[in-house]
Amino acid sequence: MLKFILRRTLIMIPQLLVLSLIIFLLAKAMPGDAVTSSFMSNPNVTPEQMEKMREKLGLNDSWYVQYGHWVGNAVQGDFGQSFTHKQPVTSLLAGRVGNTLLLSTGILIVTYIIAIPLGIIAGRWTDSWADKLIVTYNYFAFATPLFVFSLLMLFLFSFILGWTPIGGSVDIRIETGSFDYIVSKVKHLILPVMSGALLATFGTIQYLRNDIIDTKLKDFVKTARAKGVPESKVYTRHILRNSLLPIAAFLGYEITGLIAGSIFLEMIFSYPGLGQLFIQSVMGRDFTVVTALVMISGTAAIVGTMLSDIILSIVDPRIRID
Amino acid sequence: MGNPVLEIANLRTSFSIKGNYHAAVDDVSLTVHENEVVAIVGESGCGKSALALSVMGLHNLKTTKLEGQVNFKGQNLLNLPVSKLNKVRGRDVGMIFQDPMTALNPLATVGRQIEEPMDYHMKLSRGAKKKRVLDLLRRVGIKNEQRVFKQYPHELSGGMRQRIVIAIALACDPVLLIADEPTTALDVTIQAQIMDLMKDLQNQIKSGIILITHDLGVVAEMADRVAVMYAGEIVEIAEVRELFANPLHPYTRSLLNSIPANMKAKEKLHVIEGIVPSIQNLDRTGCRFAPRIKWIAEEEHEMNPQLHEAEPGHFVRCSCYKNFHFPEERVGAETYVTT
Repeated sequence: MLKFILRRTLIMIPQLLVLSLIIFLLAKAMPGDAVTSSFMSNPNVTPEQMEKMREKLGLNDSWYVQYGHWVGNAVQGDFGQSFTHKQPVTSLLAGRVGNTLLLSTGILIVTYIIAIPLGIIAGRWTDSWADKLIVTYNYFAFATPLFVFSLLMLFLFSFILGWTPIGGSVDIRIETGSFDYIVSKVKHLILPVMSGALLATFGTIQYLRNDIIDTKLKDFVKTARAKGVPESKVYTRHILRNSLLPIAAFLGYEITGLIAGSIFLEMIFSYPGLGQLFIQSVMGRDFTVVTALVMISGTAAIVGTMLSDIILSIVDPRIRID
Repeated sequence: MGNPVLEIANLRTSFSIKGNYHAAVDDVSLTVHENEVVAIVGESGCGKSALALSVMGLHNLKTTKLEGQVNFKGQNLLNLPVSKLNKVRGRDVGMIFQDPMTALNPLATVGRQIEEPMDYHMKLSRGAKKKRVLDLLRRVGIKNEQRVFKQYPHELSGGMRQRIVIAIALACDPVLLIADEPTTALDVTIQAQIMDLMKDLQNQIKSGIILITHDLGVVAEMADRVAVMYAGEIVEIAEVRELFANPLHPYTRSLLNSIPANMKAKEKLHVIEGIVPSIQNLDRTGCRFAPRIKWIAEEEHEMNPQLHEAEPGHFVRCSCYKNFHFPEERVGAETYVTT
């Protein structure tokens, strides 16, 4: 296992290099640069001054020199300065990553809490009214765009009913770390988490339902019944364990999503996380931030794949890694 | 022959196809005694597996209708609720399945899977259970039982897995064993080994065995009595020696005649014309085998074929057996054995 993780980590290095190169070149290929976006609309800055600025920032160097600088610094955790926020990208991200993790973990947990029981019910009692109800819900969850649903949730629960705050991640003027602070954080989380989770369930429900229907008919289930295993135990011990494998395999990818954040949710609920920062930075051509964010989510995707492999190898003896 | 263990009376198992029920097992009566091996032979689709699953209550009851009686230890298994049936399955009746590659749970260790029936039917300490499992593994011919105990099914070969399946069936010393084509999915050398094992075990355990197979060689080796099934019905039933020495029903005779071992080289292999009708398209009036022996005149068949006792203990269905002959003149239309 250790050897496997080590080998996968080593393979990650070239993968990350290619990823970083693509991201860097794409960012460079976009029209304009940080200087343009910062000073274009400022009539007091002459084109000569902008050119000087570029020279000073190294933006006129050839691309591989710039790339080298960028990678060299990134490895040391320095993604440069954000032009719009006037602070190091790293500290900017650090201030937001907690919020995003909170939001995404919340969504992930609530999704599983909803989806796993529903998937089990739908799969075990196929074609019952409960199954039909769940499948109908699933179609809605699959077909409803997140931004429409979130807006409706926001309108209903925050605007009309006033049960939850309209936006943000915490009330202002509350002492950080106090009990009220935590309560306020949770209050701000409820609506975005529910909006995200209620729609995110469809994949898990569908997978679980189909897999249970499949596994129900397998021969080893017949063997279990022939042993005199009670029906409930046939499900928990034999069918469910097998049907949860694909869900477990997906967990790794889900964890990737934790870091990338949910752009729509954070925008609609003005929740200060990485997703919101990403959109703002793209709009403001804040390339240092954009490249850092894409790099981080790319890395997360690669790590997520490895995590999936590891999780699967733990739960499924057929793909044990040694 | 000992006391009857299992008495199947007028069992009819019907499956729902597009809203209509069609019988796959049609009015079958069969008795299995202690220490007796009853073989059920027949082509694929003749209802032999459906019969076995009916006895075990393993059909999906939403799409299956069971009629008649399966009397076992003074109760009709067909009427038992699943909770009561679970006290019988795995305890008094063990089942050996056809395909060892799929009959074992891929996520549980061998030891765990053999232990499982003991969890529900026997009150044993952990140590006693493990000891019993290791003992079973040895009995089914596994030599490094300590290692196999901890292994997963995918780490074992097909023959080994079938031994495990047998060990599971034997876990609680059943009085009746149902073996549903235990060697069909295995290759020939392994088949022989598993058959030897089954014979050994039969001598040790003294329980009644229903052996479902389409391999007449297996039947000759193991069975005490043979029931030949065709299109859901038993067409002939007799002691094994009697059946091989004096087969009566046209279907039985055709089956025996199809064994290549009885042929000389370059002789044409006998083939039974046609196929087993599917249960939706089966004509349930008259002799069901008649469409496959068209050269036999219609009046030779009974309108409503019943089992007749032709010899003591030798039953055969329909009167068409009396004047049956093979259509030697039609041999030219049949397949050649390539040598």
